[in-house]
Amino acid sequence: MTRAILALIARDLRLAGRVGGSGALSLVFFLMIVALVPFALGPDLNLLSRIGPAILWLAAVLSTLIGLDRLFQADEEDGSLDLMSAAPVPLEGVVLAKVTAHWLTTGLPLALASPLFGLLVALDGTAMGATALTLLAGTPALSFIGAVGAALTASIRRGGLILAVLVLPLMIPSLIFGVSAAQAATGGTVPFLVPLAVLAALTLIAAVVGTLAAAAALRWPE
Amino acid sequence: MTARFRCAWQSGMEAPRVGDRAGYRVRLSVDNLACRRSGRRIFSGLTFALAPGDALAVTGRNGAGKSSLLAILSGRLRPDAGRIDVAEVGEASLPECLHVVGHRDGLKSALTAGENLLFAQKLLGAARLSPRDALERLGLGHAHDLPVGYLSAGQRRRVALARLLVCHRPLWLLDEPTAALDTASQALLADLMAAHRADGGLVIAATHQALGLDGAAELRIEASVALEPEPMEDWA
Repeated sequence: MTRAILALIARDLRLAGRVGGSGALSLVFFLMIVALVPFALGPDLNLLSRIGPAILWLAAVLSTLIGLDRLFQADEEDGSLDLMSAAPVPLEGVVLAKVTAHWLTTGLPLALASPLFGLLVALDGTAMGATALTLLAGTPALSFIGAVGAALTASIRRGGLILAVLVLPLMIPSLIFGVSAAQAATGGTVPFLVPLAVLAALTLIAAVVGTLAAAAALRWPE
Repeated sequence: MTARFRCAWQSGMEAPRVGDRAGYRVRLSVDNLACRRSGRRIFSGLTFALAPGDALAVTGRNGAGKSSLLAILSGRLRPDAGRIDVAEVGEASLPECLHVVGHRDGLKSALTAGENLLFAQKLLGAARLSPRDALERLGLGHAHDLPVGYLSAGQRRRVALARLLVCHRPLWLLDEPTAALDTASQALLADLMAAHRADGGLVIAATHQALGLDGAAELRIEASVALEPEPMEDWA
């Protein structure tokens, strides 16, 4: 079973790097959003550094959506899902493997690159580190929540927009606690660890609920 | 679909193997199966039983429910009524005992034929032939390092059929397996199915053409909704 799950993760990572995969795309999209904001707001460094963590988090939420609509749809269309349902792994395991691969190609690179992108919105060192840490803790939740929407829209053509409408509201709690943790690190009334703990808890809840819900949505498509 | 049974080669024990033979003793019985899709009855009262080495050719006009039957057997569709029992195959669930090769070939265009087969082998477990040997067997040894997207429809189908050889699975579900195959490949497929049956495996094939299945039973699905517009709605 572990072998099958590792095989799935390896395959999805390999696919992400090939033609038509969304490997570096979400990272580039993340960069574009973050780079656009200073142009829109003007060169007010104080304002930028105050709203910087919020911008990074918004950009992360939006870039998670890149490639999410194809997460299960591609496998549904070409019959790979039939192959996976014949594997000695429950569908929950398949979902877990695919979401892990999705996070490794979207959430993790975003979190690792966020200190660099923090420069664009004039974050200081502490805020950069804090934002990266909150993204590291929070982006898995975005992938798991997104997987539920991806599973529900797997058999709908051009379901990408429906997917966004479905999952974005569910990502709000992670967004709130992610931004408030990042801002708590640079001042404010709450200690950094409190919102971070809530953020981590949200991720754990999303991992359980998202996996079960996505597998249920995939199991009986009719 | 609740049948649980022991599957010797999937529960940690070594599969009994002579060369690449597994010596299956699988039995499958389907009793009074009914299927409903989008609220419409596709078929009902399907009953058949297969003993080791048996083959079943499922025929019927377009939309009669051949693919639906295979989808039910593979666990991708819930039956409306009836039961499916499998015996002599261990404690794995029915989907874990079968290979499916259907219209959708389950191959990733961006990966090479070898990578696709290696993935299937690791995913399904119970390894048999190496991907390269399986491709050689189907006359596609040269395609091992080619992305599947570069292959023709017939070659893709043969890569999908090579999946039958990379893992031990007692029950083969084939949906129009000869589609896009040339006559030489059809003969090759007939040989593979004969070898699988000689090994005690089962073959269930939905087809419009003669497949070269000697002594196969035929199950003709009569549409229960007569001559109305296509009952199958394809939402995909």
